[in-house]
Amino acid sequence: MSIFQKLGQFTLDAFARTGRGTQFLSQVLLGLPSVLMRPTLLIRQLFMVGVQTLLIILVAGLFVGMVLALQAYIVLVDFGAEESISLMVSLSILRELGPVFTGLLFAGRAGSALTAEIGLMKSTEQLSGMEMMAVNPMKYVIGPRFLAGVISVPLLTLIFMAIAILGGYFVATELLGLYEGVFWSQMQAKVDFYEDLVNGIIKSLVFGFVVVWISVFEGYDCVPTSEGLGQATTRSVVHGSLAVLGLDFVLTAIMFNV
Amino acid sequence: MNTRTIEIMVGLFVAGAMAALFMLSMKVSNLASYGGDEGYVVKAQFDNIGGLKVRSPVSAGGVRVGKVSEIAYDNESYAAVVSMDIEPQYKFPKDTAASIYTAGLLGEQFVGLEPGGDEDFLKAGDVIDLTQSALVLEQVIGQFLYSKAQED
Amino acid sequence: MLVKIRGMSFSRGHRPIFDNVDMDIHRGKVTAIMGPSGTGKTTLLKLIGGQLKPDAGTIYVDGHDVHRLSVKELYKLRRRLMGMLFQSGALLTDLNVFDNVAFPLREHTKLPESVIRHLVLLKLQAVGLRGARDLMPGELSGGMARRVALARAIALDPQMIMYDEPFTGQDPISMGVLVKLIHDMNDALGLTSIVVSHDVHETASISDYIYVISAGKVVEHGSPDKLKLSGSAWVKQFMNGLADGPVPFHYQAEPLLNDLMGFKS
Repeated sequence: MSIFQKLGQFTLDAFARTGRGTQFLSQVLLGLPSVLMRPTLLIRQLFMVGVQTLLIILVAGLFVGMVLALQAYIVLVDFGAEESISLMVSLSILRELGPVFTGLLFAGRAGSALTAEIGLMKSTEQLSGMEMMAVNPMKYVIGPRFLAGVISVPLLTLIFMAIAILGGYFVATELLGLYEGVFWSQMQAKVDFYEDLVNGIIKSLVFGFVVVWISVFEGYDCVPTSEGLGQATTRSVVHGSLAVLGLDFVLTAIMFNV
Repeated sequence: MNTRTIEIMVGLFVAGAMAALFMLSMKVSNLASYGGDEGYVVKAQFDNIGGLKVRSPVSAGGVRVGKVSEIAYDNESYAAVVSMDIEPQYKFPKDTAASIYTAGLLGEQFVGLEPGGDEDFLKAGDVIDLTQSALVLEQVIGQFLYSKAQED
Repeated sequence: MLVKIRGMSFSRGHRPIFDNVDMDIHRGKVTAIMGPSGTGKTTLLKLIGGQLKPDAGTIYVDGHDVHRLSVKELYKLRRRLMGMLFQSGALLTDLNVFDNVAFPLREHTKLPESVIRHLVLLKLQAVGLRGARDLMPGELSGGMARRVALARAIALDPQMIMYDEPFTGQDPISMGVLVKLIHDMNDALGLTSIVVSHDVHETASISDYIYVISAGKVVEHGSPDKLKLSGSAWVKQFMNGLADGPVPFHYQAEPLLNDLMGFKS
């Protein structure tokens, strides 16, 4: 094949994939009402997707907050403005790092697992088997996982934000000797509930939706061989992460009017 | 793992996230200070507001009593109109003066209120007449240099 | 007649799988569909089950044109009529044997748990695995997994069961067990069975009627005895498992001598 044929093939494949993904999404969304009728399945998936991602979120959040506080100190101490550490930490966490880090970690930890699990169910004919038993896998398998993921990401983001700020607080007060009251009051004076926190949560909702959509779709759409499954898992993480970063730019541009 | 353990873990997860949300809104962000919806709004005109922004603090005697809720430009008087949301528990006489100050040399700007001696208090929608604009650093330095040059 | 296929064609990409195929599956009989690997026998079952759509032609199951049904009607038809036994068993890996067999009952009926328990134990007893009810699918051998899948397929008492390569990769004992089960199920429950396979001997021993397909067409059909006497050299080779015949032992190549000596023809 010539390079142009390959390019054309690649483009057509990408469009076809997008088309299948959209069709898939509409089927999943149509099946969601019946997922809500079966909370047991949803709770089980919340555990698999949310609770099992919690540890990595806690550890990552703690360290990100601590590092940010140190970095902020190094820059701000030259201007005698080390009182603003808390402001710098909290604004970067709430606006950017919280949603983005959680989105990326989720794509790597839970997203890849979702893809692999669904792909394996496809290659072992479990999805076909369900269809032949007249059970719609969209409602029984895909729906609960999708919904659990979409719910989990904002919750994980909130936990990440809180633990990161606590990490920053620990470094600022214990290691750098900042007064506790200064830390919190500086933050409260300048961090706005709607502008900063709510916007951060909106970002995490968008990231969660897109990352979970990608990972669930990649599993469902994979070529049911071990090679196809591996490719699908890789694609799920790569596309998921890129989607988070790309959307972050768009959302930031919209939210902060630049 | 049995269903009950899973349910408990998921419950803890959701509760943890809610606790995080509570901490982020009350302790980190300024949601607590949004509570004063029953506060009253007074306006003041300034020739120059410098770096004052919406949500900049309004203080009296160093105590935060409210925040700037809106900044507009009046086409008739060619001046900036600053609306201030004052929390309901604070009362100020009619002849209170408003000035724009800077916290520290380069810090953020805020509106300072100096109460006068009037018997009546400011109500919602009242306008403060006595105002003093922000000091703009360039102007101050310019005046200083100019007066120095005249002395010599 | 339970399944009637008329003028059915199907292709995957540009590769034709079926070309104008006609088939009849009679009620209460075991019908075998045989052919070399890669002739789309599994595809045929998915076409009958409505999971794939033919490019042309029609498939009637119990008088319904499968591919004209709405999704809801199709699901109803599958629930009422069809059971399918996948090659791998297709057991749900996160449920144990008992819950796997109970799965269709719990999904489609509102029976109380005590009744479901009885039904599941009876179905497991029928395949001889009542004692394995607490095992997870990962702990089962291939043959046992297929038996559990069979118990699950008959859980809702369908009229027809489709077996996808039930004998592939089985040791002689589990093969014997599966042959006996398919035969007994058919007789005892009055089921209609469609067996897709290339294990000639085992399949011929239990089937009432055989279709041999190759290159997308039905090459021969009839009772097992009739097929053994078939005049077609190809069918003879396939039924007897001969190494050479119309399907040559050697893949198309230059004459050996030319290749070895480096001649170009």
